[in-house]
Amino acid sequence: MNRVFVCGLGSVSPAGWTVEALRDALAKNEPLPTQSLSRPGWQKPLPMRPVPNPAVRPSFLAHPGLRRTSPITHYAAAAALEAVKSVRNGNDAPARIGIIVCLQSGCVQFSFRFFEETLQDAATASPLLFPETVFAAPASHVAALLENTPLVCTLAGDPSAYSQGLALGIDWLLEGRVDASLVLGAEEINWLLADALWHFDHRAVISGGAGALCLSLNPAWSSGVELELITDAHPYTALVNRKLAAIKMRAQMPPENQAEILCDGLNASPRADAAEANTWADWRGPRLSPKLVLGEGLMAAAAWQCVAACDLIAGGKFIAANVSLVGANQQAIGVRFHRVARTISDLSSLAKAGSLAL
Amino acid sequence: MITGAGIVTSLGWGWKQNAAAFRSGKTGFRNVTLFDVSRQRVKTAAQVDLPSILPPTSLTQRQEKRLDRAGIMLLLAAREAWQQSGWKASDNLPVVLGTTAGGLTLGEDYFRQAVGLPKRQTMQPTRALHYQAQRQASMVADALGFGGMVTIVSNACASGTNAIGEAWEMIRRGQTDRVLTGGYDALSQMGFSGFDSLQLMSPTSCRPFDAHRDGLALGEGAAVLTLETFESARMRGAEILGEVIGYGASMDRHHLTQPHPEGAAAHQAMQLACLSARITAEEVDYVNAHGTGTPLNDQAEAKAISRWAGHRAGGLPVSSTKAGTGHLLGGAGSVEAVVCLMCLREQWLPPELAFETPDPACSFRIVARPEDVPVKVALSNSFGFGGVNATLIMRRWS
Repeated sequence: MNRVFVCGLGSVSPAGWTVEALRDALAKNEPLPTQSLSRPGWQKPLPMRPVPNPAVRPSFLAHPGLRRTSPITHYAAAAALEAVKSVRNGNDAPARIGIIVCLQSGCVQFSFRFFEETLQDAATASPLLFPETVFAAPASHVAALLENTPLVCTLAGDPSAYSQGLALGIDWLLEGRVDASLVLGAEEINWLLADALWHFDHRAVISGGAGALCLSLNPAWSSGVELELITDAHPYTALVNRKLAAIKMRAQMPPENQAEILCDGLNASPRADAAEANTWADWRGPRLSPKLVLGEGLMAAAAWQCVAACDLIAGGKFIAANVSLVGANQQAIGVRFHRVARTISDLSSLAKAGSLAL
Repeated sequence: MITGAGIVTSLGWGWKQNAAAFRSGKTGFRNVTLFDVSRQRVKTAAQVDLPSILPPTSLTQRQEKRLDRAGIMLLLAAREAWQQSGWKASDNLPVVLGTTAGGLTLGEDYFRQAVGLPKRQTMQPTRALHYQAQRQASMVADALGFGGMVTIVSNACASGTNAIGEAWEMIRRGQTDRVLTGGYDALSQMGFSGFDSLQLMSPTSCRPFDAHRDGLALGEGAAVLTLETFESARMRGAEILGEVIGYGASMDRHHLTQPHPEGAAAHQAMQLACLSARITAEEVDYVNAHGTGTPLNDQAEAKAISRWAGHRAGGLPVSSTKAGTGHLLGGAGSVEAVVCLMCLREQWLPPELAFETPDPACSFRIVARPEDVPVKVALSNSFGFGGVNATLIMRRWS
């Protein structure tokens, strides 16, 4: 049986531009402060949790291809570079890295600006903006930055699509088409997106950023975490509602174990959370809900869930983590990670947790 | 195996109308009436006439009203493919679709209302939801009575080919026996304005690979295929229309919107597709080129095809059906795959009637007049903004 190792993590979030910043914010488990997002035509602004400005201008912005790019590309690039460090360093031959970028809302800032210019006067709409409106733009820029990237794909969908990105990355690895698969989830903030979200959840706090997992079959690159399981996709259909799909997803995850953590997508929104909250209502073990701290980051939030889960395992806090991705309007998919067994004691713990996939 | 195919373009709805039009080299361009183009350099596109009443499906009238142009075209193509395949309702049928824009026209309506009448909420939640491509895919599943994992590939203009290629890979890997796959995109004001702002659109006529070409033309449409294993098709006694035998994908990092001048990644995609099909260029009877009609794309692709074809190039028939349908963006690859399937089934080649003078980079033959010839293997190229290149190879079933 092939083992899939997590060999690097990357994060850009309202907590900052590193996994460490994400870890610190989640460890405090207190919602980060919000800021006001002006909403034209309304007196009351919408709340948001933006990504703070980086302490130092990221050096990758000097790359000629990235000079005019949008924030979503900056977030994706920073998370990507952080995640592939171990794969790129100390290798004689450069690793072939496959890139999968998952988006729900995508490049909304430049899309907004370009369409606004089009409606004002289509004859003068900026040709510099349009290419950056395309869903595929962030993936293209990250590929240009990392260079040895034979395969690149952009997937769109609700946050469950992040796990489809992981699955595609694994397929590429198993077929030997790449040495590592970098799977990114990214989003950026815009008032129009927050306005759209408001229709479904008046209390939602929009946020942006990116999360990245780098996967490989090479144990030498492992960060001490293995991807153990991706459940089937359980789509929402005329016959299977969101609640039932979430239950079916959980039924494919191993039974609860106190030594592992649940990383869910709850967001203090009774209506939006209902299906997922119901599914995991009997979970008595430790639980982490990154959106409560960081806000509704859509696809970026799905990636943060996975990054946080892997980081906790890599840090020795838990032997395994279940990530629950109950998407908003597409499907429910679960992902499970566990610690790479290094000792007899590890093997014993993992066997008890039902996570021995050696 | 391909057991069903559906297609919607400005040339018509369905296989029959489209096959007749492609075979004769008909074009489908007219003045754009969907949005204001008075301030654009170019004012024409291959705009589809949609039916006023949708054919019966499991969707309610209320659900039908939520469909935008892209969703309607996708549904029409999917229904045709579904009926042809003879597939029955199932709760485990994956869908892999390619699109660049999903329901962008709904997004545009959302924008206009949110900016112009911010306090008016009518229709906004519906637009926000159905703007998303995964909802359009789910609507197709509801309409045809099936369920299954939905995957949306958004690799710009290569999306449709990537979607079919990934669907084929899923079957090859043994992950599923059947997949509904394809691509679609509708004309949108933003997309039209975008290509116009980049001055990529032809102010005259779209003439791919012509030395005097001056740009692309935009279009809209959808195409859907039902793919299944040979065993699945045989067990059902299904008619096999053709088979996908190869797929290659590569990445061009040269520039976000410009291909590598030598077409290096395009060449690689064709090579990889041949490798997976276990054939050589000698065995390919027809190439449906990406052929947008822009100076840069066609020159790079011409070099790539010439290099890939080698000695075969001189006798290799190549054409770009974008001369007739315009560039369908996320729908291009899937529509062109169905065109290849038509060529394989009916043994003809689709001409570019406006083609006159070959670009010096073309060492191959452009099909400029209707031809009835034997076609056993066809290759289709798609290259996207952002650099994703994809090639599909299909074979006649006999």
